[in-house]
Amino acid sequence: MNTGDTAWVMVCAALVFIMTPGVAFFYGGMARRKNVLSILTQCFAIICLVSLQWVLFGYSLSFGPDTGYGIIGGLDWIGLKGVGQDPSSVYAGTIPHLVFMIFQAMFAIITPALMVGAFAGRMKFSALVIFTLLWTTFVYDPIAHWVWGSGGWLGGIGALDFAGGIVVHVSSGISALVVAILIGKRIGYEKQSFAPHNLPITFLGGALLWLGWFGFNAGSAIEAGGLAANAFVTTNTAAAAAGIAWALMEWKMDGAPTVLGIVSGVVAGLVAITPACGFVSVLSSMPIGLIAGIICYLAVTKLKPLLGYDDALDVFGVHGIGGIWGTLATGLFAAVAINSGGADGLLLGNTKLFFAQMVYLAVCITYALVVTWVLYKIVDALVGMRVDKQSELIGLDLTQHNESAYTVLE
Amino acid sequence: MKYIIAIIQPHKLEEVKRALEGEDIHLMTVSNVLGQGRQKGRTQVYRGAKESGGLLKKVKLEIAVNEDFVERAIGTITKAAQTGEIGAGKIFVLDLNEVVRVGSGERGSVAIN
Repeated sequence: MNTGDTAWVMVCAALVFIMTPGVAFFYGGMARRKNVLSILTQCFAIICLVSLQWVLFGYSLSFGPDTGYGIIGGLDWIGLKGVGQDPSSVYAGTIPHLVFMIFQAMFAIITPALMVGAFAGRMKFSALVIFTLLWTTFVYDPIAHWVWGSGGWLGGIGALDFAGGIVVHVSSGISALVVAILIGKRIGYEKQSFAPHNLPITFLGGALLWLGWFGFNAGSAIEAGGLAANAFVTTNTAAAAAGIAWALMEWKMDGAPTVLGIVSGVVAGLVAITPACGFVSVLSSMPIGLIAGIICYLAVTKLKPLLGYDDALDVFGVHGIGGIWGTLATGLFAAVAINSGGADGLLLGNTKLFFAQMVYLAVCITYALVVTWVLYKIVDALVGMRVDKQSELIGLDLTQHNESAYTVLE
Repeated sequence: MKYIIAIIQPHKLEEVKRALEGEDIHLMTVSNVLGQGRQKGRTQVYRGAKESGGLLKKVKLEIAVNEDFVERAIGTITKAAQTGEIGAGKIFVLDLNEVVRVGSGERGSVAIN
Protein backbone atom coordinates (compact mmCIF):
# COMPACT_ATOMS: atom_id res chain seq x y z
CA MET A 1 0.00 0.00 0.00
CA ASN A 2 1.26 3.46 -0.92
CA THR A 3 -0.23 6.59 0.66
CA GLY A 4 0.90 8.85 -2.19
CA ASP A 5 -0.82 6.67 -4.79
CA THR A 6 -3.92 6.37 -2.63
CA ALA A 7 -4.21 10.11 -2.12
CA TRP A 8 -3.64 10.80 -5.81
CA VAL A 9 -6.23 8.34 -7.09
CA MET A 10 -8.83 9.52 -4.56
CA VAL A 11 -8.33 13.11 -5.68
CA CYS A 12 -8.52 11.96 -9.31
CA ALA A 13 -11.80 10.15 -8.64
CA ALA A 14 -13.21 13.44 -7.34
CA LEU A 15 -11.84 15.25 -10.41
CA VAL A 16 -13.51 12.75 -12.75
CA PHE A 17 -16.71 13.14 -10.75
CA ILE A 18 -16.85 16.89 -11.49
CA MET A 19 -16.71 16.14 -15.21
CA THR A 20 -20.32 14.94 -15.24
CA PRO A 21 -21.72 18.20 -13.86
CA GLY A 22 -19.25 19.76 -16.32
CA VAL A 23 -20.89 17.88 -19.17
CA ALA A 24 -24.26 19.06 -17.88
CA PHE A 25 -23.17 22.71 -18.01
CA PHE A 26 -21.42 22.21 -21.36
CA TYR A 27 -24.60 20.80 -22.94
CA GLY A 28 -27.01 22.87 -20.84
CA GLY A 29 -25.69 26.12 -22.24
CA MET A 30 -25.97 24.82 -25.78
CA ALA A 31 -29.56 23.68 -25.26
CA ARG A 32 -32.51 25.99 -25.66
CA ARG A 33 -33.70 27.83 -22.55
CA LYS A 34 -36.77 25.62 -22.25
CA ASN A 35 -34.65 22.44 -22.06
CA VAL A 36 -31.64 23.39 -19.94
CA LEU A 37 -33.01 21.90 -16.72
CA SER A 38 -33.81 18.61 -18.44
CA ILE A 39 -30.12 18.27 -19.32
CA LEU A 40 -29.00 19.08 -15.79
CA THR A 41 -31.58 16.72 -14.27
CA GLN A 42 -30.63 13.91 -16.64
CA CYS A 43 -26.94 14.25 -15.78
CA PHE A 44 -27.54 14.23 -12.01
CA ALA A 45 -29.97 11.32 -12.37
CA ILE A 46 -27.30 9.41 -14.28
CA ILE A 47 -24.77 10.09 -11.49
CA CYS A 48 -27.22 8.71 -8.93
CA LEU A 49 -28.37 5.70 -10.96
CA VAL A 50 -24.96 4.51 -12.13
CA SER A 51 -23.40 5.09 -8.68
CA LEU A 52 -25.87 2.55 -7.27
CA GLN A 53 -25.70 0.18 -10.23
CA TRP A 54 -21.89 0.16 -10.03
CA VAL A 55 -21.73 -0.66 -6.33
CA LEU A 56 -24.50 -3.27 -6.53
CA PHE A 57 -23.34 -5.22 -9.60
CA GLY A 58 -21.76 -3.01 -12.32
CA TYR A 59 -18.27 -3.14 -10.84
CA SER A 60 -18.48 -6.90 -10.54
CA LEU A 61 -19.59 -7.29 -14.17
CA SER A 62 -16.79 -5.03 -15.38
CA PHE A 63 -13.89 -5.91 -13.14
CA GLY A 64 -14.97 -9.04 -11.29
CA PRO A 65 -13.17 -12.34 -11.93
CA ASP A 66 -13.72 -13.37 -15.55
CA THR A 67 -16.39 -15.99 -16.19
CA GLY A 68 -14.40 -17.50 -19.06
CA TYR A 69 -13.60 -16.34 -22.62
CA GLY A 70 -13.00 -12.75 -21.45
CA ILE A 71 -16.57 -11.65 -22.19
CA ILE A 72 -17.88 -10.54 -18.81
CA GLY A 73 -16.94 -10.45 -15.14
CA GLY A 74 -18.78 -12.72 -12.75
CA LEU A 75 -20.97 -11.88 -9.79
CA ASP A 76 -18.31 -12.66 -7.17
CA TRP A 77 -17.97 -8.98 -6.20
CA ILE A 78 -21.68 -8.24 -6.19
CA GLY A 79 -22.53 -5.58 -3.61
CA LEU A 80 -18.74 -5.05 -3.32
CA LYS A 81 -18.32 -8.40 -1.61
CA GLY A 82 -14.60 -8.70 -0.86
CA VAL A 83 -13.87 -5.22 -2.22
CA GLY A 84 -12.52 -3.41 0.82
CA GLN A 85 -9.74 -1.38 2.34
CA ASP A 86 -6.96 -3.73 1.30
CA PRO A 87 -5.55 -3.62 -2.23
CA SER A 88 -6.97 -5.99 -4.81
CA SER A 89 -4.77 -8.93 -5.75
CA VAL A 90 -5.44 -8.18 -9.45
CA TYR A 91 -5.71 -4.42 -9.91
CA ALA A 92 -3.77 -1.45 -8.54
CA GLY A 93 -1.70 -3.19 -5.87
CA THR A 94 -0.69 0.00 -4.07
CA ILE A 95 -4.12 1.47 -3.25
CA PRO A 96 -7.20 0.20 -1.40
CA HIS A 97 -9.50 -1.80 -3.67
CA LEU A 98 -12.31 0.59 -2.75
CA VAL A 99 -10.35 3.51 -4.18
CA PHE A 100 -9.79 1.71 -7.49
CA MET A 101 -13.50 0.81 -7.54
CA ILE A 102 -14.73 4.38 -6.99
CA PHE A 103 -12.24 5.79 -9.52
CA GLN A 104 -13.67 3.38 -12.11
CA ALA A 105 -17.22 4.25 -10.99
CA MET A 106 -16.74 7.84 -12.15
CA PHE A 107 -15.90 6.61 -15.67
CA ALA A 108 -19.02 4.46 -15.74
CA ILE A 109 -21.03 7.51 -14.65
CA ILE A 110 -19.77 10.01 -17.18
CA THR A 111 -20.11 7.70 -20.19
CA PRO A 112 -23.95 7.60 -20.42
CA ALA A 113 -24.04 11.29 -19.40
CA LEU A 114 -22.02 12.15 -22.51
CA MET A 115 -24.87 10.83 -24.65
CA VAL A 116 -27.62 13.15 -23.42
CA GLY A 117 -26.48 15.87 -25.81
CA ALA A 118 -27.50 13.81 -28.82
CA PHE A 119 -31.17 13.47 -27.92
CA ALA A 120 -31.44 16.79 -26.05
CA GLY A 121 -34.92 18.27 -25.98
CA ARG A 122 -36.96 15.24 -26.93
CA MET A 123 -36.48 12.17 -24.69
CA LYS A 124 -38.93 11.25 -21.93
CA PHE A 125 -37.32 11.28 -18.51
CA SER A 126 -38.77 7.86 -17.65
CA ALA A 127 -37.25 6.46 -20.83
CA LEU A 128 -33.88 7.98 -19.98
CA VAL A 129 -33.86 6.31 -16.56
CA ILE A 130 -34.56 2.83 -17.97
CA PHE A 131 -32.29 3.30 -20.97
CA THR A 132 -29.38 4.46 -18.78
CA LEU A 133 -29.58 1.41 -16.51
CA LEU A 134 -29.80 -0.99 -19.45
CA TRP A 135 -27.09 0.74 -21.46
CA THR A 136 -24.59 0.91 -18.65
CA THR A 137 -25.21 -2.77 -17.84
CA PHE A 138 -25.22 -4.17 -21.38
CA VAL A 139 -22.89 -1.82 -23.25
CA TYR A 140 -20.50 -0.09 -20.83
CA ASP A 141 -19.86 -2.93 -18.40
CA PRO A 142 -18.98 -5.56 -21.04
CA ILE A 143 -16.73 -3.21 -23.04
CA ALA A 144 -14.96 -2.08 -19.85
CA HIS A 145 -14.41 -5.75 -19.00
CA TRP A 146 -13.05 -6.62 -22.45
CA VAL A 147 -10.49 -3.83 -22.32
CA TRP A 148 -9.61 -3.28 -18.66
CA GLY A 149 -11.01 -6.29 -16.81
CA SER A 150 -8.63 -9.01 -15.72
CA GLY A 151 -8.82 -11.67 -18.45
CA GLY A 152 -10.77 -9.39 -20.80
CA TRP A 153 -10.33 -10.58 -24.38
CA LEU A 154 -9.52 -7.23 -26.03
CA GLY A 155 -6.82 -6.48 -23.50
CA GLY A 156 -5.35 -9.79 -24.64
CA ILE A 157 -4.90 -8.83 -28.31
CA GLY A 158 -2.53 -6.00 -27.47
CA ALA A 159 -4.82 -3.03 -28.09
CA LEU A 160 -4.00 0.07 -26.03
CA ASP A 161 -6.49 2.44 -24.41
CA PHE A 162 -4.90 4.34 -21.56
CA ALA A 163 -7.89 6.18 -20.12
CA GLY A 164 -10.93 5.14 -22.11
CA GLY A 165 -10.86 6.53 -25.64
CA ILE A 166 -12.98 3.60 -26.76
CA VAL A 167 -14.54 2.42 -23.54
CA VAL A 168 -15.87 5.88 -22.74
CA HIS A 169 -15.81 8.12 -25.81
CA VAL A 170 -16.27 5.89 -28.84
CA SER A 171 -18.88 3.76 -27.08
CA SER A 172 -20.91 6.81 -26.03
CA GLY A 173 -20.34 8.65 -29.31
CA ILE A 174 -21.52 5.76 -31.46
CA SER A 175 -24.46 4.96 -29.19
CA ALA A 176 -25.45 8.63 -29.15
CA LEU A 177 -25.54 8.62 -32.94
CA VAL A 178 -27.76 5.53 -32.95
CA VAL A 179 -30.18 7.11 -30.48
CA ALA A 180 -30.21 10.44 -32.34
CA ILE A 181 -31.12 8.66 -35.57
CA LEU A 182 -33.77 6.40 -34.00
CA ILE A 183 -35.46 9.12 -31.93
CA GLY A 184 -35.58 11.45 -34.93
CA LYS A 185 -34.97 15.10 -35.52
CA ARG A 186 -36.19 17.88 -33.25
CA ILE A 187 -39.35 19.59 -34.48
CA GLY A 188 -38.31 22.44 -36.75
CA TYR A 189 -34.80 21.07 -37.40
CA GLU A 190 -33.16 23.05 -40.20
CA LYS A 191 -36.23 25.35 -40.33
CA GLN A 192 -35.70 27.42 -37.20
CA SER A 193 -32.90 28.61 -34.97
CA PHE A 194 -31.44 26.24 -32.38
CA ALA A 195 -28.88 28.75 -31.17
CA PRO A 196 -27.23 28.00 -27.80
CA HIS A 197 -29.11 29.84 -25.07
CA ASN A 198 -26.25 30.52 -22.63
CA LEU A 199 -22.67 30.19 -23.85
CA PRO A 200 -21.07 31.31 -20.57
CA ILE A 201 -22.56 28.17 -18.99
CA THR A 202 -21.09 26.11 -21.82
CA PHE A 203 -17.73 27.75 -21.15
CA LEU A 204 -17.99 26.85 -17.46
CA GLY A 205 -18.78 23.26 -18.44
CA GLY A 206 -15.79 23.17 -20.79
CA ALA A 207 -13.53 24.50 -18.04
CA LEU A 208 -14.76 21.88 -15.54
CA LEU A 209 -14.20 19.19 -18.16
CA TRP A 210 -10.63 20.33 -18.80
CA LEU A 211 -9.92 20.39 -15.06
CA GLY A 212 -11.54 17.02 -14.45
CA TRP A 213 -9.74 15.46 -17.39
CA PHE A 214 -6.41 15.72 -15.52
CA GLY A 215 -7.92 13.24 -13.07
CA PHE A 216 -9.40 11.17 -15.87
CA ASN A 217 -6.13 10.77 -17.79
CA ALA A 218 -3.34 11.23 -15.25
CA GLY A 219 -5.31 9.29 -12.66
CA SER A 220 -5.50 6.36 -15.06
CA ALA A 221 -1.81 5.73 -14.32
CA ILE A 222 -3.21 4.53 -10.94
CA GLU A 223 -0.02 5.75 -9.31
CA ALA A 224 1.46 9.10 -8.40
CA GLY A 225 4.52 8.86 -10.60
CA GLY A 226 6.21 9.61 -13.89
CA LEU A 227 3.54 8.03 -16.05
CA ALA A 228 0.87 10.19 -14.42
CA ALA A 229 3.05 13.21 -15.13
CA ASN A 230 3.34 12.22 -18.79
CA ALA A 231 -0.43 11.79 -19.09
CA PHE A 232 -1.03 15.11 -17.34
CA VAL A 233 1.19 17.06 -19.72
CA THR A 234 0.09 15.31 -22.94
CA THR A 235 -3.52 15.95 -21.90
CA ASN A 236 -3.00 19.67 -21.46
CA THR A 237 -0.94 19.98 -24.64
CA ALA A 238 -3.39 18.13 -26.87
CA ALA A 239 -6.32 20.15 -25.50
CA ALA A 240 -4.50 23.39 -26.20
CA ALA A 241 -3.57 22.37 -29.75
CA ALA A 242 -7.11 21.25 -30.52
CA GLY A 243 -8.70 24.42 -29.12
CA ILE A 244 -6.49 26.51 -31.39
CA ALA A 245 -7.07 24.23 -34.39
CA TRP A 246 -10.88 24.42 -34.12
CA ALA A 247 -10.82 28.20 -33.62
CA LEU A 248 -8.54 28.66 -36.64
CA MET A 249 -10.78 26.47 -38.80
CA GLU A 250 -13.75 28.65 -37.84
CA TRP A 251 -11.82 31.81 -38.37
CA LYS A 252 -10.97 30.73 -41.91
CA MET A 253 -14.28 29.07 -42.85
CA ASP A 254 -16.88 31.12 -40.92
CA GLY A 255 -15.16 34.46 -40.43
CA ALA A 256 -14.50 34.55 -36.68
CA PRO A 257 -13.23 32.39 -33.82
CA THR A 258 -16.02 31.73 -31.31
CA VAL A 259 -16.19 30.74 -27.67
CA LEU A 260 -18.28 27.68 -28.56
CA GLY A 261 -15.64 26.78 -31.15
CA ILE A 262 -12.60 27.04 -28.91
CA VAL A 263 -14.36 25.17 -26.08
CA SER A 264 -15.55 22.44 -28.47
CA GLY A 265 -12.03 22.16 -29.87
CA VAL A 266 -10.54 21.75 -26.40
CA VAL A 267 -13.02 18.98 -25.59
CA ALA A 268 -12.25 17.26 -28.92
CA GLY A 269 -8.54 17.38 -28.08
CA LEU A 270 -9.15 15.97 -24.60
CA VAL A 271 -11.16 13.13 -26.12
CA ALA A 272 -8.50 12.32 -28.68
CA ILE A 273 -5.59 12.25 -26.22
CA THR A 274 -7.52 10.04 -23.78
CA PRO A 275 -6.46 6.64 -25.18
CA ALA A 276 -2.97 7.91 -25.99
CA CYS A 277 -1.96 10.07 -23.02
CA GLY A 278 0.07 7.42 -21.22
CA PHE A 279 1.73 5.98 -24.32
CA VAL A 280 2.85 8.99 -26.40
CA SER A 281 5.37 11.79 -25.93
CA VAL A 282 4.42 15.39 -25.24
CA LEU A 283 5.48 16.45 -28.73
CA SER A 284 3.31 13.70 -30.26
CA SER A 285 0.31 15.00 -28.34
CA MET A 286 0.45 18.21 -30.39
CA PRO A 287 -0.43 16.69 -33.79
CA ILE A 288 -2.96 14.45 -32.03
CA GLY A 289 -4.73 17.53 -30.66
CA LEU A 290 -4.30 19.59 -33.80
CA ILE A 291 -5.82 16.95 -36.07
CA ALA A 292 -8.60 16.28 -33.54
CA GLY A 293 -9.60 19.96 -33.67
CA ILE A 294 -9.69 19.92 -37.45
CA ILE A 295 -11.54 16.65 -38.07
CA CYS A 296 -14.07 17.17 -35.29
CA TYR A 297 -14.81 20.65 -36.66
CA LEU A 298 -15.36 19.09 -40.08
CA ALA A 299 -17.51 16.28 -38.65
CA VAL A 300 -19.77 18.77 -36.87
CA THR A 301 -20.03 21.43 -39.57
CA LYS A 302 -19.82 19.37 -42.77
CA LEU A 303 -20.51 15.68 -42.12
CA LYS A 304 -23.61 16.20 -39.98
CA PRO A 305 -25.50 18.39 -42.47
CA LEU A 306 -24.40 16.08 -45.27
CA LEU A 307 -25.83 12.97 -43.61
CA GLY A 308 -28.79 14.83 -42.11
CA TYR A 309 -28.97 13.28 -38.62
CA ASP A 310 -29.90 15.53 -35.70
CA ASP A 311 -27.18 14.86 -33.11
CA ALA A 312 -28.35 17.97 -31.28
CA LEU A 313 -25.19 18.89 -29.36
CA ASP A 314 -22.67 16.91 -31.43
CA VAL A 315 -21.84 13.99 -29.19
CA PHE A 316 -20.88 11.85 -32.17
CA GLY A 317 -18.94 14.63 -33.90
CA VAL A 318 -16.81 15.35 -30.84
CA HIS A 319 -16.68 12.14 -28.77
CA GLY A 320 -17.24 9.56 -31.51
CA ILE A 321 -14.94 11.05 -34.12
CA GLY A 322 -12.43 12.37 -31.56
CA GLY A 323 -12.31 8.97 -29.85
CA ILE A 324 -11.83 7.09 -33.12
CA TRP A 325 -9.01 9.42 -34.12
CA GLY A 326 -7.40 9.13 -30.68
CA THR A 327 -7.50 5.34 -30.81
CA LEU A 328 -5.87 5.29 -34.25
CA ALA A 329 -3.40 7.98 -33.15
CA THR A 330 -2.34 5.74 -30.27
CA GLY A 331 -1.49 3.12 -32.88
CA LEU A 332 0.57 5.72 -34.77
CA PHE A 333 2.44 7.60 -32.04
CA ALA A 334 2.82 5.15 -29.12
CA ALA A 335 6.37 4.56 -27.91
CA VAL A 336 7.81 1.98 -25.53
CA ALA A 337 10.24 4.69 -24.42
CA ILE A 338 7.31 6.51 -22.79
CA ASN A 339 5.59 3.47 -21.31
CA SER A 340 7.35 0.13 -21.11
CA GLY A 341 3.95 -1.52 -20.64
CA GLY A 342 2.81 -0.16 -24.02
CA ALA A 343 4.10 -0.78 -27.52
CA ASP A 344 5.70 1.08 -30.40
CA GLY A 345 3.33 2.58 -32.96
CA LEU A 346 3.30 2.67 -36.74
CA LEU A 347 5.66 5.67 -36.87
CA LEU A 348 8.26 3.60 -35.04
CA GLY A 349 7.79 0.78 -37.54
CA ASN A 350 5.44 -1.50 -35.61
CA THR A 351 2.35 -2.46 -37.63
CA LYS A 352 1.00 -4.85 -35.01
CA LEU A 353 -0.28 -2.20 -32.62
CA PHE A 354 -2.02 -0.19 -35.33
CA PHE A 355 -3.75 -3.35 -36.52
CA ALA A 356 -4.83 -4.18 -32.95
CA GLN A 357 -6.26 -0.67 -32.59
CA MET A 358 -8.31 -1.15 -35.77
CA VAL A 359 -9.69 -4.47 -34.57
CA TYR A 360 -10.43 -2.87 -31.22
CA LEU A 361 -12.37 -0.05 -32.92
CA ALA A 362 -14.29 -2.34 -35.27
CA VAL A 363 -15.39 -4.65 -32.46
CA CYS A 364 -16.48 -1.94 -30.05
CA ILE A 365 -18.22 0.18 -32.68
CA THR A 366 -20.18 -2.81 -33.95
CA TYR A 367 -21.08 -3.95 -30.45
CA ALA A 368 -22.18 -0.48 -29.25
CA LEU A 369 -24.17 0.07 -32.43
CA VAL A 370 -26.08 -3.19 -32.34
CA VAL A 371 -26.76 -3.39 -28.62
CA THR A 372 -27.79 0.27 -28.36
CA TRP A 373 -30.21 -0.28 -31.24
CA VAL A 374 -31.77 -3.28 -29.46
CA LEU A 375 -31.97 -1.49 -26.10
CA TYR A 376 -33.57 1.53 -27.75
CA LYS A 377 -36.27 -0.66 -29.29
CA ILE A 378 -36.94 -2.35 -25.94
CA VAL A 379 -37.33 0.90 -24.00
CA ASP A 380 -39.36 2.43 -26.82
CA ALA A 381 -41.76 -0.51 -26.63
CA LEU A 382 -41.94 -0.29 -22.83
CA VAL A 383 -42.54 3.41 -22.19
CA GLY A 384 -41.96 5.24 -25.49
CA MET A 385 -38.71 7.12 -25.98
CA ARG A 386 -39.93 10.42 -27.33
CA VAL A 387 -42.17 12.98 -25.67
CA ASP A 388 -45.34 13.99 -27.50
CA LYS A 389 -45.26 16.94 -29.88
CA GLN A 390 -46.93 19.38 -27.52
CA SER A 391 -44.48 18.63 -24.70
CA GLU A 392 -41.52 19.02 -27.04
CA LEU A 393 -42.75 22.43 -28.17
CA ILE A 394 -43.40 23.68 -24.63
CA GLY A 395 -40.05 22.23 -23.53
CA LEU A 396 -38.89 19.38 -21.33
CA ASP A 397 -38.25 21.57 -18.27
CA LEU A 398 -41.91 22.34 -17.82
CA THR A 399 -43.40 19.14 -19.17
CA GLN A 400 -41.01 16.55 -17.66
CA HIS A 401 -39.92 18.33 -14.49
CA ASN A 402 -42.54 21.02 -13.74
CA GLU A 403 -39.83 23.65 -13.46
CA SER A 404 -38.39 26.41 -15.56
CA ALA A 405 -34.81 27.67 -15.42
CA TYR A 406 -35.49 31.34 -15.91
CA THR A 407 -38.44 33.39 -14.82
CA VAL A 408 -39.65 36.01 -17.25
CA LEU A 409 -41.42 38.16 -14.69
CA GLU A 410 -39.44 38.82 -11.49
CA MET B 1 -52.63 52.96 -41.02
CA LYS B 2 -53.05 49.99 -38.71
CA TYR B 3 -51.02 48.57 -35.85
CA ILE B 4 -51.06 44.78 -35.85
CA ILE B 5 -50.24 42.87 -32.69
CA ALA B 6 -49.90 39.11 -33.07
CA ILE B 7 -49.36 36.69 -30.19
CA ILE B 8 -47.95 33.43 -31.56
CA GLN B 9 -46.16 30.27 -30.44
CA PRO B 10 -42.40 30.86 -30.07
CA HIS B 11 -41.47 28.03 -32.43
CA LYS B 12 -43.53 29.64 -35.20
CA LEU B 13 -41.59 32.91 -35.19
CA GLU B 14 -39.10 31.97 -37.90
CA GLU B 15 -41.85 30.76 -40.19
CA VAL B 16 -44.01 33.84 -39.69
CA LYS B 17 -41.04 36.17 -40.15
CA ARG B 18 -40.07 34.45 -43.38
CA ALA B 19 -43.65 34.50 -44.68
CA LEU B 20 -44.00 38.21 -43.92
CA GLU B 21 -40.72 38.95 -45.66
CA GLY B 22 -42.11 37.08 -48.66
CA GLU B 23 -45.00 39.55 -48.66
CA ASP B 24 -42.61 42.49 -48.53
CA ILE B 25 -43.24 43.23 -44.86
CA HIS B 26 -39.82 43.62 -43.30
CA LEU B 27 -40.24 45.87 -40.29
CA MET B 28 -41.41 44.40 -37.05
CA THR B 29 -40.80 44.41 -33.32
CA VAL B 30 -40.62 41.07 -31.51
CA SER B 31 -40.72 40.41 -27.79
CA ASN B 32 -40.88 37.49 -25.42
CA VAL B 33 -44.09 37.52 -23.43
CA LEU B 34 -45.96 35.26 -21.05
CA GLY B 35 -49.54 34.50 -21.77
CA GLN B 36 -52.51 32.40 -20.99
CA GLY B 37 -55.15 31.79 -23.58
CA ARG B 38 -57.30 28.75 -24.23
CA GLN B 39 -54.21 26.54 -23.85
CA LYS B 40 -54.04 27.56 -20.15
CA GLY B 41 -50.79 27.61 -18.17
CA ARG B 42 -48.78 24.81 -16.58
CA THR B 43 -48.32 24.12 -12.90
CA GLN B 44 -44.77 24.34 -11.63
CA VAL B 45 -43.51 22.70 -8.43
CA TYR B 46 -40.57 23.90 -6.34
CA ARG B 47 -39.67 21.61 -3.44
CA GLY B 48 -43.26 20.54 -3.20
CA ALA B 49 -44.69 24.05 -3.34
CA LYS B 50 -47.11 24.18 -6.24
CA GLU B 51 -47.29 27.34 -8.29
CA SER B 52 -50.40 26.78 -10.31
CA GLY B 53 -51.42 28.60 -13.42
CA GLY B 54 -47.88 29.32 -14.53
CA LEU B 55 -48.10 31.23 -17.77
CA LEU B 56 -46.70 29.86 -21.00
CA LYS B 57 -44.07 31.58 -23.12
CA LYS B 58 -45.34 33.25 -26.28
CA VAL B 59 -43.89 35.64 -28.79
CA LYS B 60 -45.45 39.02 -29.51
CA LEU B 61 -45.07 40.52 -32.96
CA GLU B 62 -45.89 44.17 -33.57
CA ILE B 63 -46.15 45.55 -37.08
CA ALA B 64 -47.25 48.95 -38.34
CA VAL B 65 -48.67 48.81 -41.88
CA ASN B 66 -50.46 50.99 -44.43
CA GLU B 67 -54.07 50.07 -45.27
CA ASP B 68 -53.22 48.10 -48.43
CA PHE B 69 -50.97 45.78 -46.41
CA VAL B 70 -53.41 45.00 -43.60
CA GLU B 71 -55.25 42.00 -45.06
CA ARG B 72 -52.04 40.62 -46.53
CA ALA B 73 -50.32 40.77 -43.15
CA ILE B 74 -53.25 39.19 -41.31
CA GLY B 75 -53.59 36.42 -43.89
CA THR B 76 -49.89 35.68 -43.87
CA ILE B 77 -49.60 35.51 -40.08
CA THR B 78 -52.75 33.39 -39.77
CA LYS B 79 -51.38 30.90 -42.25
CA ALA B 80 -47.78 30.77 -41.04
CA ALA B 81 -48.54 30.70 -37.30
CA GLN B 82 -51.10 27.91 -37.68
CA THR B 83 -50.44 24.89 -35.44
CA GLY B 84 -53.75 23.09 -35.88
CA GLU B 85 -54.21 23.07 -32.13
CA ILE B 86 -55.45 25.42 -29.42
CA GLY B 87 -52.91 27.99 -28.32
CA ALA B 88 -51.85 28.91 -31.85
CA GLY B 89 -52.30 32.57 -31.00
CA LYS B 90 -54.29 35.69 -31.67
CA ILE B 91 -54.07 38.79 -33.85
CA PHE B 92 -55.23 42.23 -32.74
CA VAL B 93 -55.62 45.04 -35.23
CA LEU B 94 -55.65 48.63 -33.96
CA ASP B 95 -56.07 51.95 -35.68
CA LEU B 96 -52.80 53.83 -35.86
CA ASN B 97 -52.99 57.62 -35.58
CA GLU B 98 -49.48 58.70 -36.28
CA VAL B 99 -46.03 57.40 -37.17
CA VAL B 100 -42.88 59.50 -36.85
CA ARG B 101 -39.50 58.45 -38.17
CA VAL B 102 -37.02 59.60 -35.57
CA GLY B 103 -34.15 60.04 -37.99
CA SER B 104 -35.81 62.37 -40.50
CA GLY B 105 -38.88 63.63 -38.70
CA GLU B 106 -41.11 62.31 -41.53
CA ARG B 107 -44.67 61.59 -40.52
CA GLY B 108 -47.55 59.35 -41.60
CA SER B 109 -47.57 56.70 -44.35
CA VAL B 110 -44.13 57.58 -45.70
CA ALA B 111 -42.58 57.02 -42.29
CA ILE B 112 -44.05 53.56 -41.90
CA ASN B 113 -41.31 51.69 -43.73
